[in-house]
Amino acid sequence: MQPPVTQGYGRPVSETGPDTEARRIAAEERDRVRFEEDALELADQVYRVARRLVGTREEAEDLVQETYARAFRSWKSFTPGTNLRAWLFRILTNLNVDRGRKVQRSPQTQPLEESDYYLANKVASTAGEEALEADEIVERLSQDSIVKALSEIPSQYRDAVVLVDIGDFTYADAAQILDVPIGTVMSRLHRGRRALKQHLAEEAVE
Amino acid sequence: MTPEPCDRCEELLQDYLDRTLTEAEWREAELHLAGCDYCARRYKFEASLRRYVRTSAAERMPPGLMDKLAELRGLDATA
Repeated sequence: MQPPVTQGYGRPVSETGPDTEARRIAAEERDRVRFEEDALELADQVYRVARRLVGTREEAEDLVQETYARAFRSWKSFTPGTNLRAWLFRILTNLNVDRGRKVQRSPQTQPLEESDYYLANKVASTAGEEALEADEIVERLSQDSIVKALSEIPSQYRDAVVLVDIGDFTYADAAQILDVPIGTVMSRLHRGRRALKQHLAEEAVE
Repeated sequence: MTPEPCDRCEELLQDYLDRTLTEAEWREAELHLAGCDYCARRYKFEASLRRYVRTSAAERMPPGLMDKLAELRGLDATA
């Protein structure tokens, strides 16, 4: 759906009478309400991803509220029919950078690059090769350990892992949200997953 | 020097699970996995791990947040 015709979304129309103006206002109000409802329907998903991007529940709540405040204020800059979820996350990640949370929270140093089989090999060496086929072995990693490991990987990598592996964004959407090329998203994602496994390995083999 | 078959399979793991391999690479991985328990178990493990990361990292919205967000409705750009 395109913004109502030629008159320009939200700008004064060339006056032809009070009726036209009233209709324009009513139409705009309907668009706004619809936008707000669509955005609020995504709140659960927005929170879930936000929660993993920042350190505490309180920060996540603040970040989500700021995101919605900004989204509602600038709703006219959203193009109807495009990806609202990605649009909201663009706002959210920008706010997150602005608040300097990333800087405070995590080291920017490159982790050691372990191989993709690293965690599986560690598990196999302690619990046996066959244990890899049982789902319990994955469940031996506590929920806390996954959350902790995610918070310990460098934020650039974490953003990519959280958006793609938890938020279900495509590479292309994640690239748009983070304002980097797709290739960068892919390399951060791969490195982030490896770093995550490295952190998990420390716990899994106890 | 060409990589060992299992090293090559390991290289393809992430893109395999992301479904971003080319047709030829996908066939290469499938062919190797069909005959290699070592890699097959590691692929299976990785797939479970990804599912587990997704579910264990998911946290529901705190009660009350939705109301706070709803209160923000109607904010004006000029306000």
